[in-house]
Amino acid sequence: MKPSLRPPARGKRWLALLAVLLALLPGAAVRAEYGDVVLNNWSQKNGMRPVIFPHWFHRERFRCKVCHTELGFKLQAGADDMDMADIINGKFCGACHNGKIAWSVEHCGLCHSGKPGLSTGIMSGGTSQGPGIF
Amino acid sequence: MGMGCAQAAQATHLAEMIFRRKTKAVMGSDIVCLLRNRRVGRWAALLVAASVIGAGVAWGGTVVAPVKNVWAALISDGLHDPANPDISLLQEPGDSLSKLPQDYVGNKVNWDQALNEGYIDPRSKLQPQTRVRTLDQDTIMKNTGGTPWVRFPHRPHTAWLDCTTCHDSMFKEGPTPGLTMLAILNGQYCGKCHGTVAFPLSECNRCHSVIPK
Ligand code: HEC
Ligand code: HEC
Ligand code: HEC
Ligand code: HEC
Ligand code: HEC
Ligand code: HEC
Repeated sequence: MKPSLRPPARGKRWLALLAVLLALLPGAAVRAEYGDVVLNNWSQKNGMRPVIFPHWFHRERFRCKVCHTELGFKLQAGADDMDMADIINGKFCGACHNGKIAWSVEHCGLCHSGKPGLSTGIMSGGTSQGPGIF
Repeated sequence: MGMGCAQAAQATHLAEMIFRRKTKAVMGSDIVCLLRNRRVGRWAALLVAASVIGAGVAWGGTVVAPVKNVWAALISDGLHDPANPDISLLQEPGDSLSKLPQDYVGNKVNWDQALNEGYIDPRSKLQPQTRVRTLDQDTIMKNTGGTPWVRFPHRPHTAWLDCTTCHDSMFKEGPTPGLTMLAILNGQYCGKCHGTVAFPLSECNRCHSVIPK
């Protein structure tokens, strides 16, 4: 069938214009706090909620170099293969969550606090309220 | 517009029959006609006005009087499970971040200022023997294709980060091959941290801060 040569109906064109305008309006805000990391390589498969690691909270207390150099956390969410045995043995989060530097591992729900179904990754929408100007 | 809207519509139809595609000029008059339709025109005017006012408020807000920042509550941030009984034991971001120097992007906190002015005093090491290294040196990058040059300051970076995070796996101590804006927007180089944890890439002028003389 040949495509119709008639211009689209006015109503439809109007809808298209509206769609473009709506697309230009600022999108729905990313609500998760900037820098929150979801870790769910193993948690949900093993009956636990996904882990949420808040960067904002930790960087008020520790510089990046403590975790990303001294403790060796990789700069890629999910890249460190952590399991609960490692953590209880003082590795990864367990280097601090040991009852000395911070509360210890028995507070499961403070780390395993995510909604079921989340996938591993960092939750940062590069959100700005204005155009970047030179 | 010399043509009436009815004629324009006919002309559009005719032009499309002849060229088998839309022509710009006729399209132009077509849009004018669409807007002349009173009902459509009124709505369009309303939308444009609303957009202008909205943009003005957002713009004025950031430039003139910063809008009061609001942080999502954990229970409704789409990430934390409201069914988790321990959620109430966690600190709300807004309770803490609102007390630090404000920004309008990222965590809505100016972290460099928070650190320099002593609002926070994050630890630099856990082990006493760890060597803490800092460097106060800027590098100007000029491969910016007509946009202002990039000033990379070591001071604010080494206050937070150790040299080994960036050298030499990410940056060479000299021109880094492959360092382009596209790669950065793809989450490499500066984009590894800017857009994830440090201020986001929408803030062009914070990096492109040197006007070439
Ligand atoms: C308390 C520890 C801690 C501190 C402090 C910390 N981070 Fe992280 N960071 C992590 C963990 C844990 C991950 C996830 C690593 C993984 O899953 O293997 C991570 C991941 C990241 C990632 C990877 C994001 C991605 O793209 O997937 C970046 C970038 C990052 N951190 C930057 C920083 C910067 C910049 C700072 C300092 C302002 C910082 N971090 C401070 C623990 C920390
Ligand atoms: C460098 C030390 C350190 C490391 C590593 C670390 N934390 Fe923490 N974390 C802390 C401290 C200190 C606190 C605050 C404890 C307190 O308030 O008593 C904390 C608090 C928390 C909180 C509670 C935040 C709130 O709202 O109160 C969560 C959740 C958390 N950490 C998750 C993690 C996870 C998940 C990891 C591993 C991926 C991790 N942490 C690694 C030091 C660390
Ligand atoms: C300090 C933060 C923290 C605390 C507290 C914590 N976990 Fe975890 N847990 C983690 C992290 C990080 C992982 C790896 C996340 C992933 O990729 O799924 C993990 C993974 C797991 C896993 C899957 C991997 C495995 O080892 O089987 C289970 C099950 C688990 N945790 C159970 C628990 C239980 C039960 C508690 C309380 C007794 C607890 N966790 C407390 C951070 C924590
Ligand atoms: C985190 C710092 C940073 C931010 C933010 C940033 N840039 Fe860049 N930009 C760079 C660096 C670094 C280079 C490479 C400079 C060099 O190699 O000499 C670059 C290069 C460029 C180039 C040169 C062409 C190319 O592809 O490399 C353009 C154009 C550019 N940026 C535009 C922008 C625009 C537009 C924005 C805002 C949307 C922006 N930049 C935000 C760091 C940044
Ligand atoms: C956040 C990443 C980052 C950190 C951390 C960092 N650097 Fe750099 N460094 C860079 C970049 C980017 C350049 C410029 C590379 C280029 O020109 O392509 C650079 C350049 C250099 C240069 C060459 C300067 C010049 O002008 O020729 C030296 C020397 C250097 N860094 C030393 C250090 C030392 C020492 C530390 C730790 C105290 C350190 N850097 C920490 C990113 C970093
Ligand atoms: C490993 C992480 C990391 C990388 C890579 C990185 N930055 Fe940063 N940068 C930071 C952090 C952390 C800050 C502190 C401010 C913040 O968190 O928003 C910062 C701050 C800055 C500032 C602001 C300093 C001030 O005075 O306010 C500039 C400019 C900047 N970075 C440019 C760059 C450029 C250009 C590159 C790439 C050549 C780069 N950064 C790469 C983490 C990084």
